[in-house]
Order: sequence, then C-alpha cells, then structure tokens
Amino acid sequence: MVKSETNIQNLVNQPYKYGFSTIIETETLPAGLNEEIIAIISKKKKEPQFMLDFRLRAYKKWKKMSCPTWAHLSTPAINYQDIVYYSAPKQKKVLNSLDEVDPELRRTFDKLGISLGEQQRLSNVAVDVVFDSVSIATTFKDELAKYGVIFCSISEAIINYPQLVKKFMGSVVPIHDNFFAALNSCAFTDGSFCYIPKNIHCPLELSTYFRMNNQESGQFERTLIIAEEGSYVSYLEGCTAPQYNTNQLHAAIVELIAFKNAEIKYSTVQNWYSGDKDGIGGIYNFVTKRGLCVEENAKISWTQVETGSAITWKYPSCLLVGNKTRGEFYSIALTNHYQQADTGTKMIHVGAGTKSQIISKGISAGHSRNTYRGLVKIGLKAANSRNFSQCDSLLIGNKSQSNTFPYIQAYNSTAKIEHEASTSKVGEEQIFYFLQRGISMEDSVSLIISGFCKDVFTELPMEFALEADKLLSLKLEGSVG
Amino acid sequence: MKDSKLLEVVNLHATIGDVEILKGVNLSINAGEIHAIMGPNGSGKSTFSKILAGHPSYEITKGEIFFKGEEISDLDPDVRSHKGIFLAFQYPVEIPGVNNEDFLRLAYNSKQKALKKSELDPIQFLEKIQEKLEVVKLDTTFLSRNVNEGFSGGEKKRNEILQFAILDSELGILDETDSGLDIDALKTISEAINKLMTQNKSVILITHYKRLLDYIKPDFIHVMKNGRVIKTADASFADLLEEKGYEWLTED
Repeated sequence: MVKSETNIQNLVNQPYKYGFSTIIETETLPAGLNEEIIAIISKKKKEPQFMLDFRLRAYKKWKKMSCPTWAHLSTPAINYQDIVYYSAPKQKKVLNSLDEVDPELRRTFDKLGISLGEQQRLSNVAVDVVFDSVSIATTFKDELAKYGVIFCSISEAIINYPQLVKKFMGSVVPIHDNFFAALNSCAFTDGSFCYIPKNIHCPLELSTYFRMNNQESGQFERTLIIAEEGSYVSYLEGCTAPQYNTNQLHAAIVELIAFKNAEIKYSTVQNWYSGDKDGIGGIYNFVTKRGLCVEENAKISWTQVETGSAITWKYPSCLLVGNKTRGEFYSIALTNHYQQADTGTKMIHVGAGTKSQIISKGISAGHSRNTYRGLVKIGLKAANSRNFSQCDSLLIGNKSQSNTFPYIQAYNSTAKIEHEASTSKVGEEQIFYFLQRGISMEDSVSLIISGFCKDVFTELPMEFALEADKLLSLKLEGSVG
Repeated sequence: MKDSKLLEVVNLHATIGDVEILKGVNLSINAGEIHAIMGPNGSGKSTFSKILAGHPSYEITKGEIFFKGEEISDLDPDVRSHKGIFLAFQYPVEIPGVNNEDFLRLAYNSKQKALKKSELDPIQFLEKIQEKLEVVKLDTTFLSRNVNEGFSGGEKKRNEILQFAILDSELGILDETDSGLDIDALKTISEAINKLMTQNKSVILITHYKRLLDYIKPDFIHVMKNGRVIKTADASFADLLEEKGYEWLTED
C-alpha cells in the first residue's frame, strides 16, 4: 500500500471520545422480557391503564414475529432474554430545579458537552436528556409553555397529556409494523414528546440527547412530535454511549405528525459507540423513524449524520398523504473498521402533487459495509408527484464496501422520478493535489469529506452543522478535539 | 554550493513499482532562470516533476535533490510546498463541494503558518487575490465555484497559475501548462507567467511544443530521453528540435 493511503487509514482510526462510563447507583430490573417485566415498567412509570394495554398488545405481536433478514447486514443472533429492559439512575426525590440533578450525572453530560446547569445552557436550544431508561431533565420548559409548546419526556406526557398520547402514539408506526417496532412498543422506557400548537413557530430548537450507560441494558426510546396546522418546529437528536466489549441494543421509534401547512425538521447526529478496530463491541442500532404529512402542504424533513453504532438499520420515512405535501431526506452515513450500516428512506406518495427529495452520502472506510436502501412509491392517486434522489458513495481505502439499492414503484403515470448515483474514491491524486499546495493531510481529508457532504450539511441547523462537521473530523482525522 | 543555486538534482534514479523511470537525472537551476524540459512521450518528464514535488507513488532509489542547499528527498509534499516548490499539474483534479476561494485561502494560510507569518482572514484574502485574478484574467465569480469542477481546460490551467502566484513559490514546475490551450489562452497564461518572474524565482517548463517557448523565453533547454537528460542547450535549440524531432539525438 502506498504511503498516502496508509496515512488516510491512520487518520480514520481515531479513538472514540465518548467511551467513558458513569458509575452511579441504579435501579435495574432483572434481564429478560415478559408480561410481568412489562407490568413493572408500566407501574414504575405510573402509567394509565391504556398504556399498559398498548404495551401488552405489542408484546403479544412481538412474540410471534422474527428479526428481519433482508438487510445487507451480518447480524449475530441476539438473545432478547439477556437484555435488561429497565435501568435508571436512583433519584432521591422529584427535582425542583435542574441544579438538583445528581452531580455525577451532571459531570457526565458536561463531559459530553451538554450543559444542564441553568447558567451555561445554550441560549436557543431546549434540551431533554435521557440517561439509559429515563429522562433526567428538560430545559426551557417554562419558556416554551408561554407559547403553548409542550416539550417534555414521553413518560411525563403519558401522565399529563394522556389524550394526545393515546390519539397519536402508534398512529404512524403501528405496534406490529416490524419486529423492532413491536419490541419498542412493549418495552419503551422514555424519550421525548413535543406538541406545537396551531400557527406557532417554535421559538427554540428542541433537542434530545440520548446516553446509554448500563452495559447490559438496551435503550428503547420513543419520540412523538405533533405539529398542528401552520406550526413549525426544528428538532435535534444526539446520541453517545460508553465503550464496552459487548454489544448493546438500541431500538427506538420516532413518530412525526404534521398537519396542514405545518413543517417538522428533524435532525440526528448519531454517534453511538461503534466497536473497536477489530469490530468488538458497539451498539446495535435498529430504529424505526417515520413522519406523516396528514394534510395538505405539510412538510417533513429528515436530516441524519450517522457515524456510530456497530450495526445501523434505519430508514427515516415520509408518508405523504395530504395533497401537495413534501418529504425530504438528507443523510450522511460514515462507517469505519467493521461497522455495518443499512440505511436510507421510504417516500410514500399518496396525495396528489406531492414532492420528495433524497440526498444520501455514504462514506466507507476500513473493512466497513455501507448500504443505501431507499423506496420511492407513487400511489394511484398521487398525480403529478415528483421525486428526486441522489445517492453518492465515497470509498476510503480498498477494503471497504458500498452498495446502493434504490426501489422505485410508480402506479401513476404522471409521476416524475429522477435518480442519480455515483461512487468515488478519496484518491491519492486528490490528496497529493492538496499536499502540493501546502495543505496538511488532515486538512485535506477533512476538506474533501466536507465537500462531499456539503449538500447535507447545509440542511442541518447552524449549531448542529458545526457539531456534525466536528464529529466527522473527529472520526476521520482526530485533529479537532 | 553557490547561493544563487535554487535546485540541484544529482544522479536521480526513481521507480514506480518495479519499473525504473528515472535513470540518473542531473539538473542544476539558478535563481531567476527559466528552464524548459522537452522530450518524447514517456521519457520521464512528468514523473520527474512529480518526484520533485514528492509524489508518494514513486520511490527514489539513488541520487539526491537539493533545494536551496537542503536535501529534500525525505520531506513530505506539503513541507516541500512550504519551502517554495510549486507544481502546476498537467491534469488538475476536480474536488467536488470544495469552494475554490476556501481552498486557495487554506493553501495560502497553511504556508503562512508554516513560515510563521500572519494568516489572512477571508476579507483580507479577497483583497489579496483580486490583483492576482487580474494577472490570469479570471473574474471573481470563479472563486465561488468548486475547485476545478466543470472548469474548461483553459480555466484549469489559469487556476494553476493563479495558485502559483498566490503561493509566491520560488520554483514553479509547469507540467504541460500549454497543452489543450487555444492561442489566446496560451498568450494569457504566458503573459501571466512572464509577469510573475522575478530575480529570485525560477521556472521549469515541461512542454512538447516550441510555441510556448515563443512566448516564454527559456535560458536553457534540456532534452530528456529514456529517464535521463541527454542534452542541454540554449533557447535556439528549440528550432532544431522542431525541425528534426528527437530521434537523431544521442547523449552528449
């Protein structure tokens, strides 16, 4: 292998920065999943009966289902009875203020760059932080309440806004949608809930930060966002986990519902622990994310930067039911070492004049496998609908793999569907060009990758775009700490 | 070694894989001089230019390269660039998504940083680049495009010369900068290069054609054949080459 190739390989092999674990007293249920465990979880969370019924219905479905095998992934058999379904830091009493959060937890989130202290918070982002199975704190609740915006943990929402939860939970991702969705529906422990009332432009970016700490536990979170007519919300999600040599399971559900003229922008920077350079350890990330544009002119936009997890199985999708609704999917998926990602989207055009756009950028390094899988479906009544898809892959080194599986189903002849795809390699000649101009190897790779991802970065909210660029740099060059 | 000596190549041998491409190149260039290297296809001209710049694909098996008196064979390409070696590529690569202005500024500031000089912010840099743009007759819209992406052949070559001007390198190695240019573009680029020449700057022109040398007068012409410099002469030698080709030439 030539010199510059080796250098690139060295650059991509930077250690994981968030791999520390927090030693904290926890309340943990025994491993395994059964009706009794589900009942205990539900009781611990003081849930109303309808929620327990929902969980038990899902459990019955899940028992009859099996793990999907169609993805381009080698997934080891997971023993679902070895997993801990509830683990929470012990908290002495109800918190009156965020300053009362356990100092050890505070330190954990400080280290992760998420400040919970009243003083140092980001001024324009409200954060809900979830640690293993529970939400620890939500910032700016009162400020948001002035606008009628509800932003809290899903557990609180179940107790305080049962009507909304009952009406919408499971309406976009049914409990039996798929194996992991059913698992989540019976075992979910926390997550975020957002409700944006009619004609309100949410004044802050809403954000949830997920942290998995416990070695044996899975994280099953559930997020529900409802945007009423004419409202707007931008929501950000971030994830990290400690470095263990065993695998942890993360199976989440996110449901978005946008009514007439409403817009939801959902952004993720996923940086779960991805395993070491030999592929030992790391998170198995099986996630179902789906948005429903119920009424006309609604718009849902997914932006994801996926850099972590040993295995990623994730297809944030849009159901474009209302006429003239719009769905967008912007994705950067970076895999290294032995990571595997099978990710993409589904754009289901139901209403007339619906539009969707897909921009996917896959970067594979090391021995990793990076797959884009996407479905564009134009239904019978979706007259004059349009889709544009662009899937680009960038290979680093010569042991990585990239695949593109676009599925197109058109049942209406007036539809216009465009698909573009490209595969390129971070070439020695590109790097040499930069070096010859006096630009260092690290800056060169970073600039080439940023350039490749530019179309997606511009879709991220400002605060996040910087973070994401930094994250990619961290993953790829280690120059930014 | 005399102070005015900028580049001294001594008995340089280099391989790619198992193939020996350079088989004992000797070349000496003083500050302020223009040297042309001519020769048939496959004689090792382009390889020689890449090796001077430190391309990682080639291995130097024997010989030395002195730049300003310092042996540079083991230095990384970016370090050589900071020291004053510039290579204008025959086929400049396209870099999707990377803004030309950002790229130029990063290149400029990387060198400034390495030389412990002050870096320029985007506004200061824009001022600096303005005058250089005029030299190569490019307008500012060109800065907002991606590096070399969708550039015409002429634009790519002008972009190379622009970078040479911005980095203010002492040695410019111009690898077939005249290839693929129409007469007007060739004139523009030649004028730009002539404008950039100063007493402490040297240029190596690698070319197949005499027409470039009509616009830029070299002090010396070297003929390269089969991995060696087999003939060194003054500018008038170009006429003879034009007339008779390379076949008849044998090593001095």
